[in-house]
Amino acid sequence: MTKVRVAGAGMTPFGSHPERTTRDLFAEAGTRALDDAGVDRGDVEAVHYGNFMGALSEHQGHQGPLAAEALGVQAPATRYESACASSGVALRQAVRDVRNGEADVLVVGGAERMTNLATAESTEVLAIAADELYEVRAGVTFPGAYAMMAAAYFEQFGGSREDLAHVAVKNHANAVGNHHAQYQREITVEEVLDSPAVADPLHLYDACPITDGASAVVLVSEDYAEDNGLDAGVAITGTGQGGDRMALQDREDAATSPAATAAAEEAYGDAGVTSDDVDVAEVHDCFTIAEVLALESLGFFETGEGVTAAREGVTTRDGDLPVNLSGGLKAKGHPVGATGTSQVAELTKLLRGDHVNSEHVPDARVGVAHNAGGTVASAVVHVLEEVGE
Amino acid sequence: MTDTSEERVRDAGFDDLLDALAEGDGYYLACANGHGSLPPRRVCPECGSTDLDEEPLPETGEVATYTQVHVPAPSFADDAPYVTAVVDFGPVRLTGQVLADYEDVEIGTEVAPTVGETETNGERLVRFELR
Repeated sequence: MTKVRVAGAGMTPFGSHPERTTRDLFAEAGTRALDDAGVDRGDVEAVHYGNFMGALSEHQGHQGPLAAEALGVQAPATRYESACASSGVALRQAVRDVRNGEADVLVVGGAERMTNLATAESTEVLAIAADELYEVRAGVTFPGAYAMMAAAYFEQFGGSREDLAHVAVKNHANAVGNHHAQYQREITVEEVLDSPAVADPLHLYDACPITDGASAVVLVSEDYAEDNGLDAGVAITGTGQGGDRMALQDREDAATSPAATAAAEEAYGDAGVTSDDVDVAEVHDCFTIAEVLALESLGFFETGEGVTAAREGVTTRDGDLPVNLSGGLKAKGHPVGATGTSQVAELTKLLRGDHVNSEHVPDARVGVAHNAGGTVASAVVHVLEEVGE
Repeated sequence: MTDTSEERVRDAGFDDLLDALAEGDGYYLACANGHGSLPPRRVCPECGSTDLDEEPLPETGEVATYTQVHVPAPSFADDAPYVTAVVDFGPVRLTGQVLADYEDVEIGTEVAPTVGETETNGERLVRFELR
């Protein structure tokens, strides 16, 4: 089996860029990734591209070829859609292609344009990640679905809005120096608690923002990296994907995310590591409760015990297991289709040592990325490892 | 009934269930192995059985989880704030709007299903009344 290296990573600034098309955003992120990798465009054999809502937000379907064209790559390209896990799923397919020896050089990424829609419109469009018949027509919004997961969690395991507020405070603090991040400012627990209710018990500052942006990574085979003298010191050693019933109502338990648990177990087994080996993680905190569910699914905490992790300092940047040093979806932003590969781009830099927050994890060798779609009916987990020289 | 371009095309299975709920004759689908599911359904999602029969939905269920939505989609603009819940009927769970104040609902609250229309545009939806 061919080993997979991340040769380069690139992102646009995440934020409000309503005038920018996804093709333009992806061209910027992809070019940054290719430049970072030192890989020639002509060597790229395919583009794997994640996008969720472009057909509705900018009336543009068939975005794969458009993304490759914008990047100046003459190669086949495919758009992957798995809601907020779109580019995580794209990455998984690319990893498998390199492993199977079917490709030596691939560009994987994603882009999303969201702020060109009004808040009410984007709320409506994001809801298509839920079950149209049984959830959306009953008035379930995306925040509403996660609010029901939070309510179920509190009922079963305890926890409070204040516990969740510490997740938001932590991730905002991490984003301060990250020039890619949408919100490069700190917030307080009081601000989170006092922010307007969106869907009880979740308030505005429990939620990630609406974001435009793109991300990309260049994957290469180990042989290609060596033959071309690339400085590609991070490997993707594990990949896993899990699935679950689409609607919350069709699951046994709204307070856990078994698809992510399955993805994590597969990825750890694939890499030959355990959760104890993980030094740093980027997890899918679209809402504060989502980070809690992720920590438990990834095996860092027992079920029902992850809610106080941020409050107790375990997952803060000076804690035992820093989580979302990028700022996470909460503060870095969540351009839906770009999020999965942005997590891997950030982790790559954290492990390489050239991330603004690398100083907080100087000895980190193993990183994990957790990307979830919908209310975690889709989940993708990847293990990244720093490769010794 | 006048046929307008605004009118939604029926979704077979789903709209049939709503018709039945409106008449107080709700049902779910049960496979030979006793798994419950909701229409439209050809295959039991739990075990793959294609032997599905309609069984009466219990008259009441218990709130499994719930929220109060303050920021709605445009199609619920005039309805907000409203309470939404997943209600457990045993073999199946069903999602709908609860006709009650948020403070009067908790996990375990007993409710009965019905069908109503949204205030915003008159679309049909599953509703629950307190028991």
